[in-house]
Amino acid sequence: MTNEIPFKKIWWEDPLFKSSTAFLAWFVFGLSVLLVFILGKFSLPSIAQFGLHFFSSTEWNPVTENFGALPFIYGTIVSSLIAILIAVPLSLGVALYLSELGPMWIRNPLNFLIELLAAIPSVIYGLWGIFVLVPFVRKYVEPFLSACFGFHPLFQGPMYGIGMLSAGIILSIMIIPTISSISREVFSLVPASLKEGAFAIGATRWEMIRLVMLPYGRSGVLGAVILGLGRALGETMAVTMVIGNRPDIAISLFAPAHTMSSVIANEFSEATTSLYAASLMEIGLALLVLTLALNILARMLVWSFYGKAKGTRA
Amino acid sequence: MKSHLRRRAENKIMTGLMFLFAILTIIPLISIFAFVITKGVTSINLDFFTHLPKPVGEPGGGMANAIVGTLLLVSLACLWAIPVGILAGVYMVEFAGPRIASTIRFTADVLSGIPSIVIGVFAYSLMVLPMRSFSTISGAFALGFMLIPTVLRTTEEMIKLVPQTLREGALALGISRFKTTIHIVLSTTLPGIITGTLLGVARIAGETAPLLFTAFGNRVWSTNLFEPIAALPLQIFVYAISPFEDWQRQAWAGALVLIMMVFVLSVVSRSATKRKYSFS
Repeated sequence: MTNEIPFKKIWWEDPLFKSSTAFLAWFVFGLSVLLVFILGKFSLPSIAQFGLHFFSSTEWNPVTENFGALPFIYGTIVSSLIAILIAVPLSLGVALYLSELGPMWIRNPLNFLIELLAAIPSVIYGLWGIFVLVPFVRKYVEPFLSACFGFHPLFQGPMYGIGMLSAGIILSIMIIPTISSISREVFSLVPASLKEGAFAIGATRWEMIRLVMLPYGRSGVLGAVILGLGRALGETMAVTMVIGNRPDIAISLFAPAHTMSSVIANEFSEATTSLYAASLMEIGLALLVLTLALNILARMLVWSFYGKAKGTRA
Repeated sequence: MKSHLRRRAENKIMTGLMFLFAILTIIPLISIFAFVITKGVTSINLDFFTHLPKPVGEPGGGMANAIVGTLLLVSLACLWAIPVGILAGVYMVEFAGPRIASTIRFTADVLSGIPSIVIGVFAYSLMVLPMRSFSTISGAFALGFMLIPTVLRTTEEMIKLVPQTLREGALALGISRFKTTIHIVLSTTLPGIITGTLLGVARIAGETAPLLFTAFGNRVWSTNLFEPIAALPLQIFVYAISPFEDWQRQAWAGALVLIMMVFVLSVVSRSATKRKYSFS
């Protein structure tokens, strides 16, 4: 027997392997930097033409080439706020039910169902939104809101079904899995000793949740909510299918609106002039910056929570 | 000081309320499934899988080209994104120092939060503009770019679990780093990587926004990599917002097919890791 080992070492294979994996890792990094760079470069004409006025002007007129993004920013922010307002209590309820309150046998199936919600493609949410949610909102939700809170301009005006409210509702359904799954994880990391301490001094289960779990998990839950918000801001298809796509700022939540992502989806392939395309690019860039900032903030919050949870455990 | 009775009542009420929230969350899910299945099943037929879309006004036709298009787009996306993701993940754990590793990890995390429509605009500027045509490869690029963070992070999490002693054992036998990684590190964690990857694939298979200005959609048969191609989510979108009843019917049929694809992928992926990892 000579040097017949099955894994014969070839002198160049390790350096080659190391450098090719390094290349691919930096390739991913480079592509991400390129993404920011390209969006910036292509929106330059619009930045040069309109400056900061772009974000305060409400005029969006492809014919006269006057572009202002305020209606879209407004639509994005308001629809996402509606989504957060609905989704946060529901997701926290679900997360608490799944981690503390519910009977053991129900937890896994329920968790599976909520994860399924996250797997449904956005376009199917939109399809369901058009044919199921929008008629429901028009027939029941809007008349109800207008009857109860009709004194406020938010809930006045003609009821189309299609509009800001429907977009907010559909977004809330889409972000519940994100918020609830992270919150559930956060709640599961609350040290048992703290929980038992609360029980030992006679707290009820709800008091333990309110006084121990919620304060302990605050930063983690906040991170989860911001992550959900980031998702809502960038969501495109389902929103564009139910929001009505009208670039106006209307006080009423029943009125059609437009968001940053939906205007790109609708108009980008029709953008005939370079200034038009650049303006849409700039909206994309703004959306990118906004979601990046939110994501970074959320990750820092969740990380700091995990750091704390590890510290207490050790 | 609240009375004991009142505190217990409060506890009961809040528990009930949380249960109500959980039920409320499930209702849209049930409604979506009920509609997609009932409307989808009644409008699906053999033509749907074998025919091309008919022009407006003519009844019948199907989405054969869109189904093939989606399969082609997703396969091409996997073809470039999975190797890139896995190898970049290997670099992070096996070779990179902590600072570089956290830079790459951060990039991947941030990347997974970028709105899909922005990825679409990026792929358009990077590939469609220079090539002067909507194309299959630009669509596959956009989808793959969305898949990378999932694959990368899964690979990282998984191979971190491989104990150092296992690697050292292999290296002590004189086996190269390359072969240790392939035969020891990756092969022991393969089921986990497959699970994470398939979940990611299921997600990109249903994406519409990145395809709007890349794959663009096509009403006729095409599998040319440099021409626009039809995709199931795009076709569902176009048909759903159309005013024609026959098209809307087909949108539901398409939704049923798409949801089946996505769920088969998710279920298969879950079954790949029924057993949990434990190296002890």
